[in-house]
Amino acid sequence: MSDKPDRKIFEQAFSDAIPQNKALGLEVVEVARGRGVLRLPWKRELVGNPETGVIHGGAITTMLDACCGMAVATMLKTPQPFATLDLRIDYVRPATKGEAVIAEAECYRITSNVAFTRAFAHHGDPSDPIAAASGTFMLATKGSARNKEPLIKSGDGKSGDGKAGGA
Amino acid sequence: MLDLVADARRSGDVTGLGAATPYTRYMNIAPENSTGELLTRMRYDPKLIGNIMLPALHGGTIGALLEAAAIFQVLWEIETIAVPKIITITVDYLRSGRPVDTLARAVLTKQGRRVVNVAVEAWQDDRSRPIASANAHFLVSPRDE
Repeated sequence: MSDKPDRKIFEQAFSDAIPQNKALGLEVVEVARGRGVLRLPWKRELVGNPETGVIHGGAITTMLDACCGMAVATMLKTPQPFATLDLRIDYVRPATKGEAVIAEAECYRITSNVAFTRAFAHHGDPSDPIAAASGTFMLATKGSARNKEPLIKSGDGKSGDGKAGGA
Repeated sequence: MLDLVADARRSGDVTGLGAATPYTRYMNIAPENSTGELLTRMRYDPKLIGNIMLPALHGGTIGALLEAAAIFQVLWEIETIAVPKIITITVDYLRSGRPVDTLARAVLTKQGRRVVNVAVEAWQDDRSRPIASANAHFLVSPRDE
């Protein structure tokens, strides 16, 4: 069972329909049921402290929001809009200058109205995170998002348990 | 960056602070104090969009504005010897952000010796209808204890 066609749809929608994702330079690394992995290459424009070259928290926030949102999208029966309800970010340690940031998100619960997610950002080692996030999302249409026939099918051979590994 | 803050204090003009970091410059996020209170504005640009169908601003950009507004407020009110470090931020999204300028106002709710709590609110045309609010904690190192 291949996830390639699904993944293409996601990659296309991800940067074509979401200009800010494209502007930041976010790349889709992995899409699986209930799980999304993104990569943010280091860019000078994203620096928040010119003395250290560390990426601004705002860029990490946008990345984690996008990543959690992608995990939600994989749980939907049909493509439909949803909106972030709240998002908490813990900045565990500063990002390293010049290094790409990886974000891994899982949508661990979806109800007829709300999707619950959590995510970590790191430099390649998920056990040494830069930031942790937890976000909830409001689905556009009540009851339309049951995960019986999700867009992404499980069993693609990758770790679909929402744990670290990808990247 | 702290030099720019000192300059802004001397001149009373904060608008130059937006250029202090590449990210705020790139996002068109800058403080202004023409009305006597410190506000932070994110100028609308098509690259900020997160949903082209509505269209609506990307939630992350609103979070970035709230965070930047909080940092500017901390820099403005507390004389620090290092740039304040963000520990946590929690953003509540109240309304979708339309494709126009967004303003934010931050207030220091509690200032401790090491940690500052900041509350921020963002709105567009109507200040009484905020589109998002946030609470953030920063680690600070105030000048002379």
